Amino acid sequence: MQSVQQVLEQNSATGRGSLIGYFPAGYPSVQDSVDALVAMAENGCDVLEVGVPYSDPVMDGLVIQQATEKALANGFKLRQLFDVVKGVRAKTDVPMLVMSYWNPVLSYGVEKFAEDLKDSGAQGIITPDLIPDEAGEWIEVSDQLGLDRVFLVAPSSSEKRVSNNSAASRGFVYSVSTMGITGERAELDRLAREVVGRVQQSGSTPTCVGVGISTAEQVREVNSYSSGAIVGTAFVRAYEQGGVHALAEKARELAGGLG
Amino acid sequence: MQTNLRDVAGPYFGEFGGRFVAEPLIAALDQLEATYLHAKSDPAFISELAELHRTYTGRPSIITEAPKFAAQFGDLRVFLKREDLNHTGSHKINNVMGQALLAKRMGKKRIIAETGAGQHGVASATAAAFFGLDCVVYMGEIDTERQALNVARMKLLGAEVIPVTTGSRTLKDAINEALRDWVANVETTHYLLGTVAGPHPFPTMVRDFHSVIGIESRAQMLEMTGRLPDAVAACVGGGSNAIGIFHPFLDDENVQLWGFEAAGDGVDTPKHAATLSKGRPGVLHGARSYMLQDEDGQTMESHSISAGLDYPGVGPEHSWLKDLGRAKYFGITDAQAMNAMRLLAQTEGIIPAIETAHALAGVSHLSDVLPAGAHILINLSGRGDKDMETAGRYFGLLEEK
Repeated sequence: MQSVQQVLEQNSATGRGSLIGYFPAGYPSVQDSVDALVAMAENGCDVLEVGVPYSDPVMDGLVIQQATEKALANGFKLRQLFDVVKGVRAKTDVPMLVMSYWNPVLSYGVEKFAEDLKDSGAQGIITPDLIPDEAGEWIEVSDQLGLDRVFLVAPSSSEKRVSNNSAASRGFVYSVSTMGITGERAELDRLAREVVGRVQQSGSTPTCVGVGISTAEQVREVNSYSSGAIVGTAFVRAYEQGGVHALAEKARELAGGLG
Repeated sequence: MQTNLRDVAGPYFGEFGGRFVAEPLIAALDQLEATYLHAKSDPAFISELAELHRTYTGRPSIITEAPKFAAQFGDLRVFLKREDLNHTGSHKINNVMGQALLAKRMGKKRIIAETGAGQHGVASATAAAFFGLDCVVYMGEIDTERQALNVARMKLLGAEVIPVTTGSRTLKDAINEALRDWVANVETTHYLLGTVAGPHPFPTMVRDFHSVIGIESRAQMLEMTGRLPDAVAACVGGGSNAIGIFHPFLDDENVQLWGFEAAGDGVDTPKHAATLSKGRPGVLHGARSYMLQDEDGQTMESHSISAGLDYPGVGPEHSWLKDLGRAKYFGITDAQAMNAMRLLAQTEGIIPAIETAHALAGVSHLSDVLPAGAHILINLSGRGDKDMETAGRYFGLLEEK
């Protein structure tokens, strides 16, 4: 199985670019989320981002927050995250990263979470509220287990932070495209291009752009200057409106923006 | 025990504190920290804030002895630090005036705030009006209902009040929404956080702005009684008024520090907000601290009759003080707090906020653990006007709607 970085670099080399698709585990049920993620992989997503439902998702927009609240209301338990990952892994080789706020990981136990994650077949974690400065334990464990760790870089990050966060990341660096929470926007901020440029100057790790991407044109545009486009809200909304069928259609549509 | 507890300045208090926030906020936190560190040693800032407190806030606040209240609990003396007499009716104004001055220094024209009981929202709206800043206050929808009068006050002061309908629709979710707003508008906006929680430098900075309470009362107690109190007590939700009065006493080893948190229906029921008594360490709202959480790390909903204490987290310095054993924390039920509210009103003619009534109810516990003749200093953190609808219904003084 290829690593996240290998897939991103290979797709960049061929000029295709990459689509990274987010979907919450357990939404609306464990099996439904497995089916959704498999459909996304089969219809053009190059990397899957499996969201961990959390009670206080301060970086998520309303669409994703409501979906994760529903997952929790439907009884989602953290241990089921690994069932979701295993379920998807049984059907596809597409690399998977888990996106989790830090407290669920901390509560589960950082080392145990990492071990179970690896055993289930995911490549690592994206941590929206864990900066490298606070991530000593996670950096140590992820090094031991060879797991990816994706940290964020923002337009407001200083040069030093861009450099440090990029160096601490493995898999890719998550470039936050705008100074805002997740959700579709009509136009991607010019800041996205700038922040990607700053990350690229700081090292060789690929960087993908997230927050605010919802159309095939945006996916294409983002891939013209970065290693991938991360889409979440648009997928969750598509699922809400028409289930797995609409989600697959959305994945095809967005992947159609790739070269 | 180490002797310099007062000097700990964050970002960590033992294993607690830190910055568990999204990267987009780090630059703003760095800017705030740098601005604050410069300001706190700038004589111009210090004198401007002191002058504002003297001429606008109403500082120093007085200490009132409450002998008739104390007599209900045996042989002890109770002294009340009257933060309820501050402009806007609570201790919250100490912090907002300081942070609003910092917002001005940073060139930010807009402030956002969260509020539970409305005291911090009213104080923020007041500071915004005073300094000519735009103000948006996030408030859980449930709290907008139980604190309707404070919503009206904030609006009259010119603030926009946004009811938060996500999650538990209380203070926790108001903080989430304020953080989202801040991420999106961080260049123009200062998040005027109202308690000693949140990412560094908020716990340290808010503590410093409120430590005026303890600095004043330490000197006042020496002047009034010739000695330090045997115990200093305060209610604890997020913990701002408690840390404000505790902090200058931290290195006075003979002064016991007592935080009384909301036990709601009882700490052994699911309905309480006794974070330090019943929680465990985790990360919430940007800091590592004790919090109420389930086995998966999901934040549990808290409950208190007091909107201001209805919060599943607590400031990291309190978590540290608890683990050190320097401060003790004890749960007070809704019923105990309401009885204390009525008792103070009827014995001393002072109607306290329901938050504060938790500290007052704590005197019953202190009378069991302190020696005869003990002196207890209580931070009377807010007045009860805002809680009259809740109290009126609780005691059957108002007709049910």
